[in-house]
Amino acid sequence: MSLDITTEGDASSSEESRQWTARVRNAAATAFPPDRLLPDRQPAYMASWIYVFGVLTVVSLAWVIITGCVLAVMGPSWWHVSGLGHFVNSLHLWSVEFFFFFMVIHLWGKFFMAAWRGNRKLTWVTGVVSFVASIAAAFTGYLSQSNFDSQWISTQAKDGINSTGAGAFWNVLNFGQMLMWHIVLLPIAVVIIAGLHVLMVRRRGIVPPFDIEPKDHGDTPSAAEPSE
Amino acid sequence: MSFGVLIAALINLNGSGHYLHWGFIQISVANLVVILLMIAVFVLAILLPFPRRKRRD
Amino acid sequence: MSPRKAKRFNPDRDVKEWAGAYRPYDILKEAFVALVAVGVLIVLLAVVFSSPDDPAVTLKSWSTSDPVDFAQTAVTELDGTSPLATYGPPYNTTPDVTQHIGFFEPAQWIGVHQPINTAQDFVIGPLRTLSNEPLVQQALDAYDSATPTQQSTWTTAYEKAVANATDVHGRLQVPHARYGPVGVVIGSLTTMAQSGGLDGTLLSQGQFYNTNYTKPLLFIANGSYLNNLAGAQHLQGTQWGMMNETGNYPGQAWLWLYTMWYQVPPMKTSTNADLEVWAIMMALTVVLIFLPFIPVLRSIPRWSRVYRLIWRQHYRSLA
Repeated sequence: MSLDITTEGDASSSEESRQWTARVRNAAATAFPPDRLLPDRQPAYMASWIYVFGVLTVVSLAWVIITGCVLAVMGPSWWHVSGLGHFVNSLHLWSVEFFFFFMVIHLWGKFFMAAWRGNRKLTWVTGVVSFVASIAAAFTGYLSQSNFDSQWISTQAKDGINSTGAGAFWNVLNFGQMLMWHIVLLPIAVVIIAGLHVLMVRRRGIVPPFDIEPKDHGDTPSAAEPSE
Repeated sequence: MSFGVLIAALINLNGSGHYLHWGFIQISVANLVVILLMIAVFVLAILLPFPRRKRRD
Repeated sequence: MSPRKAKRFNPDRDVKEWAGAYRPYDILKEAFVALVAVGVLIVLLAVVFSSPDDPAVTLKSWSTSDPVDFAQTAVTELDGTSPLATYGPPYNTTPDVTQHIGFFEPAQWIGVHQPINTAQDFVIGPLRTLSNEPLVQQALDAYDSATPTQQSTWTTAYEKAVANATDVHGRLQVPHARYGPVGVVIGSLTTMAQSGGLDGTLLSQGQFYNTNYTKPLLFIANGSYLNNLAGAQHLQGTQWGMMNETGNYPGQAWLWLYTMWYQVPPMKTSTNADLEVWAIMMALTVVLIFLPFIPVLRSIPRWSRVYRLIWRQHYRSLA
């Protein structure tokens, strides 16, 4: 059922239906009605601590970005010459450690719940892709440290990347290039993909439990919208 | 006292690392601790009882 | 529109959507509490453990700490026998060295895009900037004007001699032999490095602003000094180094599977190990991404019955 949100003064509905703006607005409102986007209730079967690891991953990412922004304010060399800078770097490192810690536990939990069931395959796919993008972001972060660790990691990783041919353009020894991938391109990619993942979770809802008495359902019932 | 001294690590993890060898596997104590912690937290998350709330049908 | 085809219910793919009870849930409050809790944990670990910052190696620190290793590396850059000089694409066109799996040889196909001439870029070019040093310029002129055979004779003799060189208070002392002007060339390059001048020259490449450290990094990586420092920190490939961090810090535990393949045959001894491991990891990543579509693998959660623990409250309420 589409939600046509119109107010007085809008163009006629036939003209609206041709407008990109109206079509996008209506599609978004249909896919994400407010009480699905920001729900105030959850299914009763969600009774396990394993369910908190998604939000723990998201807030860890928020801290990664916040601490990264503080480092960006003063530039990439600041943390080598300032005690406060070194502390902010430590905050950034440990927020990354927590990010991966919670993300992997979240992955394990979602695997054992087979959370892709019921038209939720795209939720799973966006989750794994954001994991891979995060690894790339963390890798360029190590390269951006501008210390011995960066030197070793870059001179070692170059062999793996060169073997694929990508090293011709993606040069891990080029500090400027790697820093910009780390602070611009990869954060944008991670936030967009993780954002799509969260939207997919809101769209499809949290996967229900397995039936423990298997029935032959015949027709697949999962084409219907989740009844939240 | 400079801020740098104030916020130096309470536990110094610099210095020579500790590593374990098991067959062809080599792993740092630090990484092993992290992996074991992850497994422990995962198991606890599944096993620890979740507080029941009043249901609203 | 044609009617939807009835599909057989597959418990690993399909699910009966929830029509049961709900409970109140404050999503924003949960997110806020999580944000604060994780923030506290991060500050705690940062205060307790801080973060590592081992200082970078420079050509100056390398040539000062180990002038013999520096000189041994420098002469191989001059005569084109160093690992970099014989690396192939993307740095140079050395034939038959790129990694391949069957006919798949992507580095060769893509070719040279980061060109480096080790003799010119690492030795002759930097020394040519010392225009006020006539002895250095004369040695370079003598080397440049010699035949390739003569150059090779000199560098081979120097390599044999420098293997027995000594470091006397940081100064390189190479036993005498018939290495012609190469002794002065490498000796003055070592002095230039020890003064810090080589770091600046190799990085700037004639530009004022440069953030591309390719040349100084590759020069440093060709020597044993950086490699030995890494070995002491368990960072080398054979030490599962990809997972590790300096000191006792946790590293990148999530890279365990990536580095594991390097430790097992045939990748352990293969000249194509990097490409082979990339291919394996790309394949496994694709499997993980498309797991919901893969029979048998997507049945493992149901077979393992871990879900019975996760949803035990729900199952009890049904009973």
